Amino acid sequence: MKRRPLLKSTLAASALLLSGLFPFTVQAAETIKVGILHSLSGTMAISETSLKDMALMTIDEINAKGGVLGKQLEPVVVDPASNWPLFAERARQLLTQDKVDVTFGCWTSVSRKSVLPVYEELNGLLFYPVQYEGEELSPNVFYTGAAPNQQAIPAVEYLMSEDGGAAKRYFLLGTDYVYPRTTNKILRAFLHSKGVADKDIEEVYTPFGHSDYQTIVANIKKFSAGGKTAVISTVNGDSNVPFYKELANQGLEATDVPVVAFSVGEEELRGIDTKPLVGHLAAWNYFQSVENPVNSAFVAKWKAYAKAKSLPGADKAVTNDPMEATYVGINMWAQAVEKAGSTEVDKVRDALAGQTFAAPSGYTLTMDKTNHHLHKPVMIGEIQDDGQFSVVWETSSPIRAQPWSPYIEGNDKKPDYAVKSN
Amino acid sequence: MPTAVCRFFLFLILLLPLASHAGDAADFAAASPAKQAKLLESWAAAPDAARLPLLEALQQGRVAADSDKTPFIENAGRYQAVEGAAEPVGSPRKLRLNNRLRGLIASAMASHQLLADDPAVRLAAARHLQKSAKPAQLGLLDARVASEENQQVRDALSLALANLQLVDSNPAVRLAAVRLLGETGDPLARTRLETLLDPAVENDAGVRTAAETSLAQVKRKLLIGELLGQAFSGLSLGSILLLAALGLAITFGLLGVINMAHGEMLMLGAYSTYMVQIAFQKLAPDYLALYPLAALPVAFFVTAGVGMALERTVIRHLYGRPLETLLATWGISLILIQLVRVLFGAQNVEVANPYWLSGGIQVLPNLVLPYNRIVIIGFALFVVVLTWLLLNKTRLGLNVRAVTQNRNMAACCGVPTGRVDMLAFGLGSGIAGLGGVALSQIGNVGPDLGQSYIIDSFLVVVLGGVGQLAGSVLAAFGLGIANKILEPQIGAVLGKILILALIILFIQKRPQGLFALKGRVID
Repeated sequence: MKRRPLLKSTLAASALLLSGLFPFTVQAAETIKVGILHSLSGTMAISETSLKDMALMTIDEINAKGGVLGKQLEPVVVDPASNWPLFAERARQLLTQDKVDVTFGCWTSVSRKSVLPVYEELNGLLFYPVQYEGEELSPNVFYTGAAPNQQAIPAVEYLMSEDGGAAKRYFLLGTDYVYPRTTNKILRAFLHSKGVADKDIEEVYTPFGHSDYQTIVANIKKFSAGGKTAVISTVNGDSNVPFYKELANQGLEATDVPVVAFSVGEEELRGIDTKPLVGHLAAWNYFQSVENPVNSAFVAKWKAYAKAKSLPGADKAVTNDPMEATYVGINMWAQAVEKAGSTEVDKVRDALAGQTFAAPSGYTLTMDKTNHHLHKPVMIGEIQDDGQFSVVWETSSPIRAQPWSPYIEGNDKKPDYAVKSN
Repeated sequence: MPTAVCRFFLFLILLLPLASHAGDAADFAAASPAKQAKLLESWAAAPDAARLPLLEALQQGRVAADSDKTPFIENAGRYQAVEGAAEPVGSPRKLRLNNRLRGLIASAMASHQLLADDPAVRLAAARHLQKSAKPAQLGLLDARVASEENQQVRDALSLALANLQLVDSNPAVRLAAVRLLGETGDPLARTRLETLLDPAVENDAGVRTAAETSLAQVKRKLLIGELLGQAFSGLSLGSILLLAALGLAITFGLLGVINMAHGEMLMLGAYSTYMVQIAFQKLAPDYLALYPLAALPVAFFVTAGVGMALERTVIRHLYGRPLETLLATWGISLILIQLVRVLFGAQNVEVANPYWLSGGIQVLPNLVLPYNRIVIIGFALFVVVLTWLLLNKTRLGLNVRAVTQNRNMAACCGVPTGRVDMLAFGLGSGIAGLGGVALSQIGNVGPDLGQSYIIDSFLVVVLGGVGQLAGSVLAAFGLGIANKILEPQIGAVLGKILILALIILFIQKRPQGLFALKGRVID
């Protein structure tokens, strides 16, 4: 055990020596370091890898325009490997060793919860780009994904409507961790408020990486015999592929039992033949198929980037909601740094309030003045046979986030501004 | 003058049905979703053979409208006017449908197909209407039951009709309908009958008693379907576990190599399938559906080759040192994962099911057996038989058994132990590769594929008893069925935990597993 400190100090000494010897480290001091904390392996790699690439593309784009405050951005990519404790370790490494000024990262809520204490302790800055369950408002995090009232609640309202099939019974299926459990708790309260009884709500969870959905699909079928049923899926990661395959093979069609998913986008569908899935739904704040000039440019840029960097499957590269949220987040951060004239976390935080950005979703998104969330439009899309979504319903304007859902008891007393969680 | 006006109006009135008929597609294209739903419902109640092409096109999502709202049907990239010979103004856009409309289209389509010449089409349509018929279709169904010649179709139609007659004002009609519904095993019939038990809904006591008897009948039929379904999913999970574990049963079970890289052999097999699929797409797209068959030998030889190379370079130096073998094979597994990640990317790759492995066969109203799972069960048994034959009926098998039982004695008798080791390890890896082909058809193909199966594989082999093929087979199917019996009761998460706990207890009690090698085995 005694050898370790020695080893460390030798390493540190040689690093010091090297930095003195080589002039390029001097140049490195003039860059702004940006941490990227996404799983590049493990069950979440299916979703998170493209967010890393999108972050790198956005950073390249900003650098090509001259960087921020006249300095180039320098990305620092680490791989926490879908391993939640490793997220915290990597986050600490980014903040203390690499000394990044901001981090873009995390997908699952369990990974965000595991890095949160690190960011609050070291006063770091994290941009979280994925829809989530709310119930959190940290001064060190900006949430560029949707809160429940910007995704889950409108999706269920759609399912209740005539056009959505007027569902009477709800099968809540999720991966077993904090996001699906909390979202389903909110949805259950919401359904109660709409007069849906407990016997018409079924809640089922599977482990991460679950691949045998035979029993669950059979149960959905059985449940749906009792009345018009909709499935609300908060299944995360690559488990979605076997789930949708089983749905198709057992002949459960969207016209009988529609499945609305909160974590399935264009990227997750790349690995599936979507012909039997036409009509199943997803709720997001952006789809690749949205038609507007900003989005056309955004999609074209991404395809060109994927090709230039020869990313795997570049010929079929797609964009999705969390990628858009990453893109918006990095650009807003850059604008805020320019406004603040500094990368200091406290100054950037103040400058971020009220920032606006013309997003690919076709709306100019605003960062709320107090609650660290974006005002976002809500869209519901149907899966098409080419793996894209066609929007069947959307809000007329962006909606303000409610991170503290009114459907959870005691939330009415929570302040609508950021407070450290401990 | 008034007569002229009258004539004019009469002419208009005569024209009206013609115009409205000719304009079905145009009406639909111009209507709002709510109106479209109404239109479809009215079409479903009064079928007209001339509307069939339109409905077919709607169902396949081929109907488009140009900027004038003139409807067109897309045919291989070309747009053809539904009525007349108009050319599209601008580029037509596909009509946007939602699930509600799609359901109504399917129902209207079924109504129209009741008039088809082919009895099979009529039967399928009648079965569809059992699920989807609306009260507005009552008259139509009544008329069709009366005029239908085919017995089977008539039975199906009567059932569809019975569903609607449950709310008839005449108790005798209701009673007949309730009795008829008792004959089906349809899960929907159960709900319909259950509502009739309530005196507030059904005021006739006779009908209520009949509903009770019918309900009991339906429930019995449903229970059979459910139990069969559970047994099938247990067998299916068992066959998957077996395919995943069979290779390990040879490398670990027979050769005694604690092979942590076994999962990666599965993964390589799955990636071989992916490569074969790509090769077929590029070179022989006409035969694409056959790619899983072609992938079998490829996967076998690729993984067997990798396995033999590993055995010759690394593992043979570590025989008799289990701890080092464990660490070395674990290292190899990490290297293989990283290698695949570098070559193919960290993302999962798309391995599509060919048409003959998609969909399923409807055995009972509440039981669908997916083709891919049926094929995999058969394939697992085929591989077991193949392995058994190889080990028990060939010279190689004899040598393998001799070497594993007593290496020194086998060597004395002139068995080339080194070569046998290599071939046996190659065989185990090759069989894992075959398992990989099967796994690629039901789950994800990614660099981490092996990691999710390695623990299950070891569980099967250890539970079955090291050194015995039969033990592994029994353990795999036992675990599969136990898992599927537990899952509906306590959920997938707890079920997995409980199974693990049970296995630990079992191994405590019986460390040698289900089957132990008998006789003078020298370890």
